[in-house]
Amino acid sequence: MASKKNININLKIWRQKNGKAKGQLVDYKLDNVSTDSSFLEMLDQLNEQLVSQKQEPIAFDHDCREGICGMCSLYINGRAHGPDTGITTCQLHMRMFKDGDTIYVEPWRSRAFPIIKDLVVDRSSFDRIQQAGGFVSVNTSGRTIDANAIPVPKDDADKAFEAAACIGCGACVATCKNGSAMLFVGAKVSQYALLPQGKVEATQRVLNMVRQMDEEGFGNCTNTGACEIECPKGISLENIARMNREYLKASIK
Amino acid sequence: MKLDSKIPEGHISEKWTNHKNNLKLVAPNNRPKIDIIVVGTGLAGAAAAASLGEMGYNVKAFCFQDSPRRAHSIAAQGGINAAKNYQNDGDSTYRLFYDTIKGGDYRAREANVHRLAEVSGNIIDQCVAQGVPFAREYGGMLDNRSFGGTQVQRTFYAAGQTGQQLLLGAYSALSRQIGLGRVQMFNRHEMLDLVKVDGKARGIIARNLVTGEIERHSAHAVIIASGGYGNVYFLSTNAMGSNVTAAWKIHRQGALFANPCFVQIHPTCIPVHGTNQSKLTLMSESLRNSGRIWVPKKKEDAEAIRAGKLKPTQIAEEDRDYFLERRYPAFGNLVPRDVASRAAKERCDAGFGIEANDTNEGVYLDFSTEIQNKGKQAAYAAGNHNPSAEEITRLGKKWLEEKYGNLFTMYQKITDENPYETPMKIYPAVHYTMGGVWVDYNLQSTIPGCFVAGEANFSDHGANRLGASALMQGLADGYFVLPYTVSNYLADDIRTGKISTSSPEFDEAEKRVKDQINNFLSNNGSKSVDHFHKRLGLIMWNKVGMGRNAEGLKEAVSEIAALREEFYKEVYVPGSADELNPELEKALRVADFIELGQLMAMDALQRNESCGGHFREEYQDAEGETLRDDANFSFVGAWEYKGDDISKEELHKEELKYEFIKIAARNYK
Amino acid sequence: MAKSALLKSSIAKKYWMALTGLFLCLFLTGHLLGNLQLIFSDAKHFNEYALFMTSNPAVKILSYLTYISILFHAIDGLMLAAQNKAARPVGYAKTNPSANSSFASRNMAVLGTVILIFIVTHMVNFWAKMHFDKNMPLAQQESMQMPGQMEFIGVPGSRVPSIPAQGKSLHEIVDEVNKQAMAQAQAMGEKNLEKAKKFEVEGSDAIKDLKKGEIIFKGYKDLYKITIDFFKQPKYGLLFTLLYAASMIVLAFHLLHGFQSAFQSLGVTSRKITPAIKFFGTAFAIVVPALFAAIPVYIHFFLK
Repeated sequence: MASKKNININLKIWRQKNGKAKGQLVDYKLDNVSTDSSFLEMLDQLNEQLVSQKQEPIAFDHDCREGICGMCSLYINGRAHGPDTGITTCQLHMRMFKDGDTIYVEPWRSRAFPIIKDLVVDRSSFDRIQQAGGFVSVNTSGRTIDANAIPVPKDDADKAFEAAACIGCGACVATCKNGSAMLFVGAKVSQYALLPQGKVEATQRVLNMVRQMDEEGFGNCTNTGACEIECPKGISLENIARMNREYLKASIK
Repeated sequence: MKLDSKIPEGHISEKWTNHKNNLKLVAPNNRPKIDIIVVGTGLAGAAAAASLGEMGYNVKAFCFQDSPRRAHSIAAQGGINAAKNYQNDGDSTYRLFYDTIKGGDYRAREANVHRLAEVSGNIIDQCVAQGVPFAREYGGMLDNRSFGGTQVQRTFYAAGQTGQQLLLGAYSALSRQIGLGRVQMFNRHEMLDLVKVDGKARGIIARNLVTGEIERHSAHAVIIASGGYGNVYFLSTNAMGSNVTAAWKIHRQGALFANPCFVQIHPTCIPVHGTNQSKLTLMSESLRNSGRIWVPKKKEDAEAIRAGKLKPTQIAEEDRDYFLERRYPAFGNLVPRDVASRAAKERCDAGFGIEANDTNEGVYLDFSTEIQNKGKQAAYAAGNHNPSAEEITRLGKKWLEEKYGNLFTMYQKITDENPYETPMKIYPAVHYTMGGVWVDYNLQSTIPGCFVAGEANFSDHGANRLGASALMQGLADGYFVLPYTVSNYLADDIRTGKISTSSPEFDEAEKRVKDQINNFLSNNGSKSVDHFHKRLGLIMWNKVGMGRNAEGLKEAVSEIAALREEFYKEVYVPGSADELNPELEKALRVADFIELGQLMAMDALQRNESCGGHFREEYQDAEGETLRDDANFSFVGAWEYKGDDISKEELHKEELKYEFIKIAARNYK
Repeated sequence: MAKSALLKSSIAKKYWMALTGLFLCLFLTGHLLGNLQLIFSDAKHFNEYALFMTSNPAVKILSYLTYISILFHAIDGLMLAAQNKAARPVGYAKTNPSANSSFASRNMAVLGTVILIFIVTHMVNFWAKMHFDKNMPLAQQESMQMPGQMEFIGVPGSRVPSIPAQGKSLHEIVDEVNKQAMAQAQAMGEKNLEKAKKFEVEGSDAIKDLKKGEIIFKGYKDLYKITIDFFKQPKYGLLFTLLYAASMIVLAFHLLHGFQSAFQSLGVTSRKITPAIKFFGTAFAIVVPALFAAIPVYIHFFLK
């Protein structure tokens, strides 16, 4: 049975007027937070409090609030998406915190994710990586072969799905001590490399996506494995290894 | 105004083919001279933008999120329907067509629905070619599952993340076009008005949400694919940013708004837990394949459960009321959504609800039977014909985990309860809006050059949408309908040349937007935007929700009108116009929700019948089933905007003619 | 495209780190097997091994590969570390890295730098002495012919099987012989005394007959003695032993992450082999440095 109670918390939240301004951590106190609330509902509550005091509320990204759109971010107490695993910030619940806790809330930090305001960052670098090769070049006529014409081994399909489950939130970059995006790119490369439909363009895809990734200023993978632990969708490091293989194959072709 | 649905002549199965053959074309060399704006990048928007870009048009696509990949189509869980008949259980285009019409309680347009069923198979082919990793069987073939309101297995899926996979497929096609320079993408941009020149849609005014800049964008055609308006209820399964603004702005510019009262309340959502709650989370309909819905038979048991004195597992089998199986033995737990939702409400209203919240609204979704069945199957499959009870339970739970693992985890994270051990608590929540901008067969609104696709239009689902059909419609509109019909419209525009953005029409539209923003920011109010949104939501849920009656609806109309006045007087919007300002964004959206809410109540009030998701308490039979009035209400109710006073809106009727399906009472018993 | 990709891209840098790292693991194994002779064998065999390692052409190629690998591994690694630092210009105020990654994996650059410093001092202490020290002692043994006298041990094939040493260095002996020859020549009235010189020390371990122009004697450099003396010196022996052992602990952590990481970087992973690689890598990271460290500990504390 869920235990319903209210807690009082202290918050240290990064405030920054815009991309050019200097930012700093600002202290807030928030009382009567239901432990059944999600972390973002807690921030809603804080913002209501700020608006009622005619102060400017804290800007943070969020949308679906069910862990699938990948819009919410936040580095909470030193961890991407906070102290729980396998979830996004919108699925983090206040029952993970204790009465009187001090909670640090910071934006994703990466050269490739510039800050827009407060906790909001610009992740369009991920879009550009996708645009460089994250697709199968097939026109949308619907006049392709029948969906069942090429059987795909269940194991491959399952692995492709697991890679494709990436929500592009950027937690991997945020949590990696090197600010590397290789889990994101590895997942995308893997999804297509595992499916017969994606194999045709495999060489160009991996070369182009990695080139774009490097141009965006992401760091390098040193296999610490932090991304896999913090990934809300549990994307496996195996996908990075597969990308490494694909890249090697493509490079010596 | 006479509504012309432009349904082609001929037999239902030939209408679309014939129509396509006769549509005008734009030659490849002329397409680069033509600009198209697409607002929204969900399944319909992304698919349309990608397809039109691919054809060679200049496409500008807009989304308010930080990336087109985040549109709320991504949250669809269960699957997508297609009449492939891979399972050899008697499915066909006709049957999908029939099921959809019947599921929509005979309030959808036949020709549109048949077209949808026709192209459904192509969607699956297309998605597989794009690398969408659908679930497969061991033989390498695509797997299917059952969904509500059907008796065949035609739902394709990718675990509980089908919408995500389909959206990412469309996003990848869109990304390819962006990379090739054929689509220009505007992330974090919100359309705030439509610009009409000589009566035609010729551009939009959009706000750059990062800089606050008000931008003018011109085009030869504008496609609105901005999704549904479920957030008018504040609490819904929609994303926080989902809004009606783009659709409402074109309504204000002359596009009729059809059937606004048709809202789908999804039966399996996690119940409301507190006042700070910001949204409701859906548990996929696919769970009804394996779960059995029940409440206690005895009121005192329900009371004891709510008081925390009794656990659901302690209620004996004979003391459980599996009310869907009892009332609808043919479809059982897989009745359509509106039916399942109402049945749950009926039990809770009667005092059998089990959730310990303010309203006691909640029923159980129980997997224990399935655990036993599947556990036994798994044991036998492994060669163990004499499994112990523990073994069966263990194997059964493993089966469940494989099938629904992510949903179960999601449930546990939110509620802190383990659904493998204790039944899930669920209750209906606002999920989808069948109503939307009125469009003809070509998906064009009553404004020439302004097309509307996906959930934003009203066209295919009548008064209730079947599960796994929204994804189908979004992609069908975007990939397979709009490329033809938009080209047909644009064929007359090859000599038009670039549309200037310095015309008086653009000046005027920009002024409207800027004035509204300035009014909000300079308003001397004291209450937050959410304060008003929550109050609107309560009125809507209580009076324009699952059960509606004339008295409540009349109250709602006047209450919302009053709320609107108070909103403009009392709302406080902090910050400035030239920066990222989420409160301002919300204020602009809520302003439109309030107006829409009033129209929904008016629409529900004029429709003196019960059909699909629209349940008027005055119109039900002795068993509590919906009573449709085909003689008087077999029409699409399309409203015309008549100025700021919403109560002045004028109703136009498009008669629904059923030539190929015999209308019958909807029966799932 | 492909060519520049293999040199410049982030993934290629990983390949090079992995390949050089794995090669250095091979080197470590070989080096360890050689060094273990300090414990399990005697001076003679150890010095023979040392000579083999410095003179065999195949080993030479390997050793150059090793130098290049070390340099490449270090430079590439430091460049990566600098790039990675630049990828996050503004850091977090609060971090909790132990929640998701191991100490070793996060500190490879620091660990590697410590190891690089160790390698440099290690080479100054042993490798440089062996190669460049003119006064490097040669291995000696009691003369078979003249018991009680010490003589250099000649490499098999040396024409002069032994030269009486009596505590002198090769230079002293050669100088002595040359001096005698030059004195003789002077007495004979020869002007160019240089011509009278008979022998010359070649390198630090061989005698060249100047008349014939060939090496007539090659001795063994006494690396064994150098090593034992190094760890047994009264003032710093203990400190050196402890520093050596500490460096090996650093190496262990570096290997603990590095070994299996190399396979991940090269994409050599699978459900079946990855656990084996991880197990082997962990064992390797513990056993190899431990054995390395055992040698100075043995010398300092147990060798009589």
